[in-house]
Amino acid sequence: MKRFLIPLGLFLVLVIFLAIGLNKDPHEVPSPLVGKPTPDFRLATLAEPDRQFSPTDMRGQVWLLNVWASWCVSCRAEHPLLVSFARQGGLPIVGLNYKEVRGDGGLDAKKLPLEEETALARQRANTWLRQHGDPYTLSVIDLDGRVGIDYGVYGVPETYLIDKKGIIRFKQIGPITPEALEKKILPLARQLASES
Amino acid sequence: MKRTLTQLAAALLLGPLLPVAPGHAAEATPMAANPQVEARLIAISEELRCLVCQNESLAGSRAELAEDLRREVRLQIEEGKSDTAIKDYLVARYGDFVLYRPPVKPTTWLLWYGPFVILAGAVLGLIAYLRRRARQSQPPALSATDRAAAEALLADDSGTPSRPKDAP
Repeated sequence: MKRFLIPLGLFLVLVIFLAIGLNKDPHEVPSPLVGKPTPDFRLATLAEPDRQFSPTDMRGQVWLLNVWASWCVSCRAEHPLLVSFARQGGLPIVGLNYKEVRGDGGLDAKKLPLEEETALARQRANTWLRQHGDPYTLSVIDLDGRVGIDYGVYGVPETYLIDKKGIIRFKQIGPITPEALEKKILPLARQLASES
Repeated sequence: MKRTLTQLAAALLLGPLLPVAPGHAAEATPMAANPQVEARLIAISEELRCLVCQNESLAGSRAELAEDLRREVRLQIEEGKSDTAIKDYLVARYGDFVLYRPPVKPTTWLLWYGPFVILAGAVLGLIAYLRRRARQSQPPALSATDRAAAEALLADDSGTPSRPKDAP
């Protein structure tokens, strides 16, 4: 009897390991930035070209930084949730509009002069927000994606939960699901809000 | 010769980045202006994983992010940063996962040494098993009568097995 139990036990261990491996999304790479201060940047806002935003402006607040673009299909999926969340007054959401023009595969914008690209990005992003609703306190334009690199963005959408001291506490890779919002983001945000 | 090869390699690497018709090859020169930079770019980016298509290196990937990161690496090479500094820059943003050769540190000990632990366990198990088997399968000692019978058989050097003589 014992000699059958040993291979059976080994087989079960193997099954458990394979099951864990199969249920993990290989595209979710844990970010080394969780627990670290937000990388600093200073970018023009989408609504007012003359106004600039930096993460330090949000000190003392718990907030979300959401990376989006109008060409991003998954952003469209997550957007209604963000809009209703913002309407309920959940958390301030800052949008990082990521490579609005040059990220669009259907558009060859490599030879566009910078000013034209900026204007086109503004127009496209604003139109999109008008059509789908604007959940953002404000959005900033990361035209060439360099701020995205600093935040370790490798797919859009991505969302960062940032605490009052400007430390990244959680990163959602891919669209925010109602489940992730209820079970991870909101409880953590409540806890962070109670911190001094 | 080596120089041409490097340039060729650089051109192959950069080719997809530049929407240039074959006749306009001269336009590519600003990017590949410095073959040494390009050679280092290739050497560094072959060691890095593209996060979008994870089984491709940063050198071979045509993903947008890979283009951006190659541009960033090229800039930093031109700024005179060391290879380690450039890799650290990417690890700080994307984690150890970008390195095809993960560093040896407490969180990766299991990865690096785990196979050897399993191997050692298997060898110990094998030794224990063989010893136990050797002990169990020792042939039972020959009794005096058995020995006498065996010796009698061996002494019979006719070489052929005995047959019943009356057999047809």
